Amino acid sequence: MNIVLRLAWRNLWRYPRRTWLTTGAMIFSNVLLVFMISIQIGTYGLMIDNTLEALTGHLQIQAPGYKDDLKMRQVVPDAISLAASVREGLNLQTVSARGAAFALASSEDRSYGIQVLGVEPMFEPGVSSLPGLTKEGRYLDDANAAEIVIGSVLARNLRVSIGGELTLLGSGRDGSIAAGIVTVVGVFHGGNKELDRGIAEVPIGYFEDTFDMQGAAHQIVINAGDYSKTEQLVQQANALLPADSKLVVHDWNALQPGLRQAIQADMGSAIFMYAVLVVLVAFSVLNTQLMSVLERTREFGIVMALGLTPGRLGRLVMLETALMGLVGLVMGSVLGGIVTSLFTVKGIYVPGMEEMAGQFNLPSRMYPQVSALTLIAGPGIVFLFTLLAAIYPAMRLHWLQPVAAMRAA
Amino acid sequence: MTAVTCIELCKTYRQGDQEIKALDHASIDIGEGGFVCLSAPSGGGKTTLLNAIGGLDIPDSGEVWIAGKRIDNLGKGELANLRLHKIGYVFQAYNLVPVLSARENVEFVMQVQGVPAGQRAEKSMAILKEVGLQGLEDRRPAEMSGGQQQRVAVARAIVSRPALVLADEPTANLDSKTSDALMELFVQLNKTHGTTFVIATHDQRVMGYAKRLIKMLDGRIVDDIDQQAA
Repeated sequence: MNIVLRLAWRNLWRYPRRTWLTTGAMIFSNVLLVFMISIQIGTYGLMIDNTLEALTGHLQIQAPGYKDDLKMRQVVPDAISLAASVREGLNLQTVSARGAAFALASSEDRSYGIQVLGVEPMFEPGVSSLPGLTKEGRYLDDANAAEIVIGSVLARNLRVSIGGELTLLGSGRDGSIAAGIVTVVGVFHGGNKELDRGIAEVPIGYFEDTFDMQGAAHQIVINAGDYSKTEQLVQQANALLPADSKLVVHDWNALQPGLRQAIQADMGSAIFMYAVLVVLVAFSVLNTQLMSVLERTREFGIVMALGLTPGRLGRLVMLETALMGLVGLVMGSVLGGIVTSLFTVKGIYVPGMEEMAGQFNLPSRMYPQVSALTLIAGPGIVFLFTLLAAIYPAMRLHWLQPVAAMRAA
Repeated sequence: MTAVTCIELCKTYRQGDQEIKALDHASIDIGEGGFVCLSAPSGGGKTTLLNAIGGLDIPDSGEVWIAGKRIDNLGKGELANLRLHKIGYVFQAYNLVPVLSARENVEFVMQVQGVPAGQRAEKSMAILKEVGLQGLEDRRPAEMSGGQQQRVAVARAIVSRPALVLADEPTANLDSKTSDALMELFVQLNKTHGTTFVIATHDQRVMGYAKRLIKMLDGRIVDDIDQQAA
């Protein structure tokens, strides 16, 4: 081993208790960072996937402007065959056409304004979790039947149950009055009050007839399976669009801007907390290295007298800090990885979080996601700040005069 | 050629309200291969003169020349470089790096000089043998006696064969037997390698080994005796 490296390492262990205290602070903060970042990344992943899998999908093909202004006439022409060609082109079964209209749904006693979605019964389960959440009755199975599946809150509000009839009254694509009577065949429990109260699904064939869609729909919904694949799929889907069409492909960021904002807001507060932790560790290192430099003033004077430049001594102090930081980084990452991995299967239950979790389509348990990023990001930043904290003690050596330093006690 | 030339060196320290003249127009010339003792009572200026010669302390006025090069106007880096390659230092209190073994202490300066590892190991083992520390190479300073530590310090100072060795009270913490052994080592190095020695001391026995004795008082050179002629 290089003598300077050996010297730096042995200098660290002159006062093992102090070194361990500082390194311990680094290890503790690194374990905490690995754990917290893993929870965050895991939660964001779940939040994105669960929210998008409920209804939106990871990307959608729409008419330009439809996203911001849900007008009936802004359609995707020949939507069912386009969905089929996208399915084939992407080699992905989780693609489905969907029409959407606002209508007044009336039971015998009550009326409520809802969004009626015309869906392909065969493919909708691939892009939405609502079919799977149809706990009462059954989901749609005939593309042309006058059937409807409604949310549990809407069923309660309308006082309707399986087998009951609802009258739909809305506007067709051409502005004409659209009306129809449908039988309730299923009730879903989406876990999200907005969905359960305001959404109903009918077969796309029935939707086309009722709302005079003439083969068109409003969305081709694509479920990427994992949000990280979205970007790649957007490019592929764009390439599959007919050359003369003005259709656009939106990713989940554009479709659900609130989701990204919620994540960014959460990330902002978490980063502030992490910054406080990192700064505390940096001050601990600054304290240790400053003490270490001050108590070795005489020794530094001697080696300067032997011909070492202040720059070389400064590098020695930086090397000592880097070694201590590396021990903290490796041990913190390994321990953090082990501790976090223990929770990846069982998850972490936080009492009282159910309602808040439900708002983001999250389960009541949080599942951390361990990856190279979560293992290295936090400890890497701690390591960087550790080095930054050692700059001042190292700089002090530049002002040291050998004779004065050698006189130090 | 002269190894050391000091011209009219002055250095004043302030101690509270008092001004202390550590060097008062001190001038000396030491030729290559010289073996000189600087003798003075405590506070007489010998350590200050030694530090000025070694570039550790900058005089208020006057000039210091080492091997034909003026050094009192050099920057920190250049002075450090000069000490690293041209000057060996032996201190009163040994001043070894406590966490390094005897061999590592000797190798440390060579590593900074950029000497390859193989040569470092070879030279350090040879010099430790030369100063009588064979078998103690792996001991740390705390595991050695004062005399042994001082010999490691000497080995560290001379391992790179500097042209000039400055020693500040090198025998102050040694018993007479060890002091004699150390001085004989200095004499031998002076003879065999032509190394110039400048030793600050107030030990009469040490002065006895010197070819030339320069006496100082209150920062001034008061006497310069060629002991070989005497």
